[in-house]
Amino acid sequence: MHEIFVLAEHRQGELRDINFEMLTLAGKFDSKVTTVLLGSGVDDFASKLAPFSDKVLVVDDPMFESFNALDYQAALKALIEQEKPHLVIIPNTGQGADILASLALAMEASFTSDIIGLEIEGDKPVATRAFYGGKINGRIEFKDADLYMVGLREGAIPAGEGTKSGEIVKVDNPVGATAENRKFLEYVQPEIGDVDITQSAMLVSVGRGIREDKNLPMIEDLAKLLGADVSGSRAVVDAGWLPTDRQVGISGKTVKPKLYLALGISGAFQHVTGMKGSDVVVAVNKDPDAPIFQYADYGIVDDLLKVVPAMIDKIKELKG
Amino acid sequence: MKIAVCVKQVPDTSDPDTEVHIDSSGKGVDQSKFSFVINDADNFAVEEAILLKEKHGGEVVVVNVGSEAANQVIRMALAKGGDSAVRLDDEKFAGSDPVALARILQAGIKDLGCDVVLTGCLASDDGYGAVGVALAALMEVPHAAYVKTVEVLNGTLKIGRELEGGLLEMDEISTPCVLTIQTGGNEPRYASFKGIREASKKEIKVMDLAATGLSEDQVGEAGSVAVMVQYSVPVVGELAEILEGDANETAGKLAGILKEKGLV
Repeated sequence: MHEIFVLAEHRQGELRDINFEMLTLAGKFDSKVTTVLLGSGVDDFASKLAPFSDKVLVVDDPMFESFNALDYQAALKALIEQEKPHLVIIPNTGQGADILASLALAMEASFTSDIIGLEIEGDKPVATRAFYGGKINGRIEFKDADLYMVGLREGAIPAGEGTKSGEIVKVDNPVGATAENRKFLEYVQPEIGDVDITQSAMLVSVGRGIREDKNLPMIEDLAKLLGADVSGSRAVVDAGWLPTDRQVGISGKTVKPKLYLALGISGAFQHVTGMKGSDVVVAVNKDPDAPIFQYADYGIVDDLLKVVPAMIDKIKELKG
Repeated sequence: MKIAVCVKQVPDTSDPDTEVHIDSSGKGVDQSKFSFVINDADNFAVEEAILLKEKHGGEVVVVNVGSEAANQVIRMALAKGGDSAVRLDDEKFAGSDPVALARILQAGIKDLGCDVVLTGCLASDDGYGAVGVALAALMEVPHAAYVKTVEVLNGTLKIGRELEGGLLEMDEISTPCVLTIQTGGNEPRYASFKGIREASKKEIKVMDLAATGLSEDQVGEAGSVAVMVQYSVPVVGELAEILEGDANETAGKLAGILKEKGLV
């Protein structure tokens, strides 16, 4: 495995944390690690990536000011053909998942998405992925190919320290013109509501286990009693039971309250990524195998619809 | 506007009573206690397809790779407003990775002359999130993943892709194209009784390997670039301290802990 490409991800002028997770993963193999940075005016990003890379390959061009899957793919294809890396690591994010499969097919690469672990056995990668919402893992083996590609899940590999001092190499944009059939227009920020849950000291958070929205008032009662705000998982927001700005997780908010009370939340990684920094986590879930119990300090294996009314009574008693 | 929408039948793992056990082969799971449903994101894709048809006219074809049991989710999509369906069914399709699956779907879609192909952005069972993007590459059309909003412009589509933190990336994309639909962008309807009655009369065309024109080495594990060879139980970290007792007892213990920590 002579050379590994890592595709850097940035958005709205910020490098994203996943870069250092991918580079930490790439760095554990005995290979040259080349970070590919596509952007516009990104000298600062290049110098931040250099300590984690043997080389930072920079295409600095207004074309890459914003993300466009088709332009990214064209540039990566040209750079891969030129440098011939053996493995390409792409973030399994809203950007990366938008190019992984199409680029891999264009390169006739063997690939898999959303990996949580990677090893090199012989001269071939072997990946680990989660299945059934993280209840089981699977070992993924690749068909022999000249190029392998993987998409790395956010938060799966803890980022290490950068101990290298990779050279920064600027190359001309290999893409002649921006794609005609897909164009970036603008970013639209999510709506901001009455409560900013990233600032909440305590959160009472609900998931699918609430079953129906008519059970929401009891959750609000408990939150009020605790002086907490109400948040929820993606399932509850998708169902329209809570507004979007109350969603905790990768596609919602990252929260770090003193108390996070997870009610009927199974603990899919998309959710856990947004709350695992909380001080005290309490989980109530019917399923003893729910992943949320791995992230909780205290757990109750029961139906939240039974536990919540009892909690309301007990806390009222305590408060006198 | 002609729209194909790809749907997958998956085990209802959102149900806390659904336990996942690895079978004796190590390559499968015991499905005997599963109940099956339409994949969540595909449900939103079906709704988006029907909304587009209602607004702009046209036709919705429901496409599935699955056995006869999958007729349940196909019929439901037809009851909601789908016009016809294609089900790709052959035992040789088993073990397909996203590339092989995309190849099979393409075989079912290629003669339909679709303007837009919709898929869910992610399946809840294997979670690859790659089939739609692979399908676009095989069809040689542009694509967009994690699409939450779709608006028809003059000859193109304005779409909103959901990124981390709920940020929407607005793009303009030409047709034909493939969009992978994220959950939460619309409100999937329930099928009406009339719809369910009519769905039973709608055609589900079944295509086997021979009908797809693909060869055996293009589908299943043989046609895959990455194969799941062994399931394992994840190594779990330290678990929560579980409070024992009935709801009254556990609630009492928890209230005590919260008080001790100064949280009440």
